[in-house]
Amino acid sequence: MIEIAWDNFTPWSALAGGIIIGLSAAGFILLNGRIAGISGILGGLLVPQKRDVLWRIAFLAGMLAAPLLWMMTAELPPIEIKASYPVLVAAGLLVGIGTRYGSGCTSGHGVCGLSRLSARSLVATLTFMVAGFVTVFIIRHLITGA
Amino acid sequence: MKFNLASFGAGLLFGIGLLVSGMANPEKVLGFLDIAGQWDPSLAFVMGGAILVGLFAFTVAKQRTTSFLGFDMRLPASDRLDKRLVIGSLLFGAGWGLAGFCPGPGLVALGAGKSGALVFVVAMVAGMGLFEVIEKNRARN
Repeated sequence: MIEIAWDNFTPWSALAGGIIIGLSAAGFILLNGRIAGISGILGGLLVPQKRDVLWRIAFLAGMLAAPLLWMMTAELPPIEIKASYPVLVAAGLLVGIGTRYGSGCTSGHGVCGLSRLSARSLVATLTFMVAGFVTVFIIRHLITGA
Repeated sequence: MKFNLASFGAGLLFGIGLLVSGMANPEKVLGFLDIAGQWDPSLAFVMGGAILVGLFAFTVAKQRTTSFLGFDMRLPASDRLDKRLVIGSLLFGAGWGLAGFCPGPGLVALGAGKSGALVFVVAMVAGMGLFEVIEKNRARN
């Protein structure tokens, strides 16, 4: 049986945040004609093409600036990173190589791809979600036994 | 200029959305991925909210050849379901489950000055670089 962590459940802020993310993706496709896929935007910088660099940097700078801007007006919501540095390195490598092979991540496939009803993105999203569920199950319930 | 400004704005809004939603917090993400433990379904609402807005936007986008600022509408053309898509997504999902970070939240947490996020993002960029190196070698052979 699935047990819900009611104390941690935050449907309204999650929905509000999701709508804001959707507005960003909507604005980006409607104004610039591009998919707001973070791994693609970042990965494209590693093989720089002419006239294709600045906007990527601008988008990423916006993301980095978001918490800074937030901190000027309010306290930042919690960002708890419990993984050790070696685990973060392994996670980063997997996320980096995996998103490039799979042509997208949670934003490009999960948000934009599902929004445009792409079968490819549906397969990608289901695949990385299942892989995420299985990985957490192994770490939290098979290895740590918690 | 317009293009870069809109890009910055979209990135900023995206980052704020990740912070509001709780998705920038790896512990929250892991709580969502832990269906066998005390499950926190919140992040399903993030996806739901984003797709709700996205459905409208992409319906409009599909009917246009240029954006509202006059740029090319670049919607992905591929609909191939291949091994690369599945294996790549498996690797990504495994990495996501390991630390609770996907690319966007990693960047936002880095902007917030978290040292763990710096480690993650550097490794992620290295992973992307590794992909380019492997691809280049494959193309040569």
